[in-house]
Amino acid sequence: MSISEVPQGRLRTPFYSRLQKLDTLNTWHEWKGYSSADALYCAETEYFAIRNATGVFDLTPMTKYRITGPDALDYLDRLVTRDMRKIKPGRVAYAVWCNDQGQVIDDGTIFHLREGEYRLCSQERHFAWLTAAAIGFDVSIVVETAEIAALAVQGPTSFSVLSRMGLEGLGDLKPFGMMHFEFEGAELLVSRTGYTGDLGYEVWIAAEKAEALWDALFDAGKLHGIRPIGTSALDLARIEAGYLAAFEDFLPADTTVRTGRSRSPFELGLDWLVDFKKPNFNGRRALAEEKRNGSTWRLVKLDIEGNKPAHHSYIYAKEKRNRKEIGFVTSAAWSPVCKQNIALGTVRMPHGKPGDTVWVEIFYQREMHWTRVMAKAVVVDKPFWFPPRRSLTPPAPY
Amino acid sequence: MTDRYDAIVVGAGHNGLVCAALLGKAGKRVLLLEANRQVGGAAVTRPFADGYSVSAAAHLLYQLQPDVQKDLKLNLKMAADNMSTIVLSADGQHVRYCGDQVSGVRQKDVAKFAEFHKRMARYSDLLRTAFNKPPPRLGTTNKKDLFSLARLGFDVRRLGKIEMREFLRLIGMNIYDELFERFDSPLLKGGLSLDAVLGTHLGPRSPNTIMTYLYRLAGNRGRIASPAGGMGSVSDALAQAARAAGVTIRTDMPVKRIVVENGRVTGVEIEGGEKFFSLTIVSNADPRRTIMKLVGARHLETRFIHRINNIRMRGNAAKLHLALDGLPTIDGLARKDFGERLLIAADENYVERAFNPAKYGESSPSPVLELTFPSFRDESLAPSGKHVMSAIVQYAPYNLKGGWNEAARERFKQAAIKAISQYAPDIEQRIVASELLTPADIEREFHITGGHWHHGELTLDQLLFVRPVGGAAQYRMPLDGLYLCGAGTHPGGGVSGAAGRNAARVILSGGNRA
Repeated sequence: MSISEVPQGRLRTPFYSRLQKLDTLNTWHEWKGYSSADALYCAETEYFAIRNATGVFDLTPMTKYRITGPDALDYLDRLVTRDMRKIKPGRVAYAVWCNDQGQVIDDGTIFHLREGEYRLCSQERHFAWLTAAAIGFDVSIVVETAEIAALAVQGPTSFSVLSRMGLEGLGDLKPFGMMHFEFEGAELLVSRTGYTGDLGYEVWIAAEKAEALWDALFDAGKLHGIRPIGTSALDLARIEAGYLAAFEDFLPADTTVRTGRSRSPFELGLDWLVDFKKPNFNGRRALAEEKRNGSTWRLVKLDIEGNKPAHHSYIYAKEKRNRKEIGFVTSAAWSPVCKQNIALGTVRMPHGKPGDTVWVEIFYQREMHWTRVMAKAVVVDKPFWFPPRRSLTPPAPY
Repeated sequence: MTDRYDAIVVGAGHNGLVCAALLGKAGKRVLLLEANRQVGGAAVTRPFADGYSVSAAAHLLYQLQPDVQKDLKLNLKMAADNMSTIVLSADGQHVRYCGDQVSGVRQKDVAKFAEFHKRMARYSDLLRTAFNKPPPRLGTTNKKDLFSLARLGFDVRRLGKIEMREFLRLIGMNIYDELFERFDSPLLKGGLSLDAVLGTHLGPRSPNTIMTYLYRLAGNRGRIASPAGGMGSVSDALAQAARAAGVTIRTDMPVKRIVVENGRVTGVEIEGGEKFFSLTIVSNADPRRTIMKLVGARHLETRFIHRINNIRMRGNAAKLHLALDGLPTIDGLARKDFGERLLIAADENYVERAFNPAKYGESSPSPVLELTFPSFRDESLAPSGKHVMSAIVQYAPYNLKGGWNEAARERFKQAAIKAISQYAPDIEQRIVASELLTPADIEREFHITGGHWHHGELTLDQLLFVRPVGGAAQYRMPLDGLYLCGAGTHPGGGVSGAAGRNAARVILSGGNRA
């Protein structure tokens, strides 16, 4: 490939032709080399599509690795903190992986496609790390980000949309399960996964069939309020669901320079993903030590009084006479569906136990002038948005 | 409850023997498992032709540490001690050096050599002090580590301002430039170049070759000896000391894997399936083999594995054994000189040229050689009146292009014999039998990854705090109960026993600093 043949500028996903037609705002940002829409017509309307109908998000830039070979299971089991032997074919696992010091590099989902055949998906790119981790294992790691087009189809009517598309038997699919279908001679993979905390699916297909899939999906979704959505709407939904975002709520350990800026799974509230009963996994020694000695940070979900979003706020232990802040907010939003002022934040241990009261310093601007309020906040345990329909099987038709 | 040893040592190389013996002496119940029939690892004497025996890998003793000899009350008999080095010249005007003395060169070189030797010996003494204790850990608050580190810095500073500068200037340098500045005699420069690069994947112009030269001197200021009965007798004496200390030695016991359960080692499994149990496993095998083959990447961290996997250990030295029906004729060499160490290294460029093809995976058409005739002073090694020649021949890269097939071996053997015959024209007629061990053979026979005797190149990036790799330099591996005691750890290769002794001290202190 000569230099002139190398794609210049941002890449476009196979759905670009369809998104472009529906786009009225022309606000795009870069996501790992691809153009990805912030919003297509109105972030709020798009958000309500997720919660009340079906929102469709172009997931193609998500990094996808196909991991196969005789040692694939052993390899993944050493890579991530949870026990991969328990993830049977046809199941998907949310997982985190750590460096040698037990600090989180990224989180992602691992699809056990078929016996011994896996796909790992993450927001960031990790080929160097995955390759280094493969030394001593008989595995093959192939990047298939561009070859596989993917859409997140999320919202209460998503099941009805996909059923109308002719995906028979989808009703039996449980959360974190996946099924293979045939679509125009190609294999269509549907997983009951998502980033919205709602009923929803992710659909995966060879890039050549992307446009046909889009057309079929939107055709089937007409009566179910289907709408394409951008990142802003998705981000609001994921904060309501309490999901973490890399570079927002934590920094991938390999991107930090200063000590103490990375986080362990414990510090991100992901204790349930760390399994000390399984054989060695990367970071185990360090995490066992942290378990013994205690962590430095804790991730908290905050229910804040008032309606001013607490973007980038400091968190304090008391309302007044604080010597020092105990932490800071990493993601904040007014949740339209919960009617709550919510945030994800990081506080220093031992602060931030569920039920604790903390104070959040919020600055907001009114006609250029700044105002400061100390807002009371309660640390909550459960996600802000956790509707029963998220896990109901079979899902109800809408 | 299964029968459990206090410690199992994997591999009865000389370091394994030293370590096992010291653990045994401290009252531990120790099992020592050796894959081969004979103990000693690469320090063995074995027959290679009918009636002829030879030290199969290491053939000269540079640096068996006095501390080791003292701790184990060894009483070794030497066939030759304080041997001279003779760099052969085709016209019979050989150069000879021993200690700070040199002959066969001009007066100017004689004085400069004494000065050179004095300085190098001083620096190597410094290294020697550091070699006989575990290397300090970096980035720790442990007092012993900090003291040890301070001591190292202090020792360097104590050289005085001028000498310290000189030390720091030289330590990473190549030996070629230094020799080029000092000496006139091509043979002297050739010989010293070869001293620096023997057993390495380096040429005299490679950085770090001053370091490797100092390393050669560090054992005993470069004093060379040849034990009676070959190197095997050193191993036999160590084995005897180990047995006397209560160590159970079992040979023909190739360890297939080190068993890991719940994040710690619990024993070893032999090729046949037999298992032995201990919560302390000490491996004398090289770090790559220990971690990648015996333990498995599965049980250790990614970056650690990455580092272990990248240890530079490409063997480049072959061993040539000739059974001779008599001593060859070398012009200008007295009969008694056959008991010395002979080098074929016409000049420093000859050595560098020999290395050139090795960079590209080819063997040297004109190799450099270190020759000894061990039977000359030790009649037990050959039938009466006959002789054995044991030679190190460089360069024979482990990763030879096309692999070490029969044709490649024969080609390299002929190149070596041709090189010898330029000085000893009748060598070919005298050969009764011959054997060439390439790095691939050395790997097979002695189970050393890459056939690299030192279990890893002895360069600054792989010494002290970073041998075998950073963060695991104190014999204790990041897997509970697993230790290394071989040449792949500090202070490195050569039959010195220092690594085995240091490891034993760390193990006896419960994995903390000795």
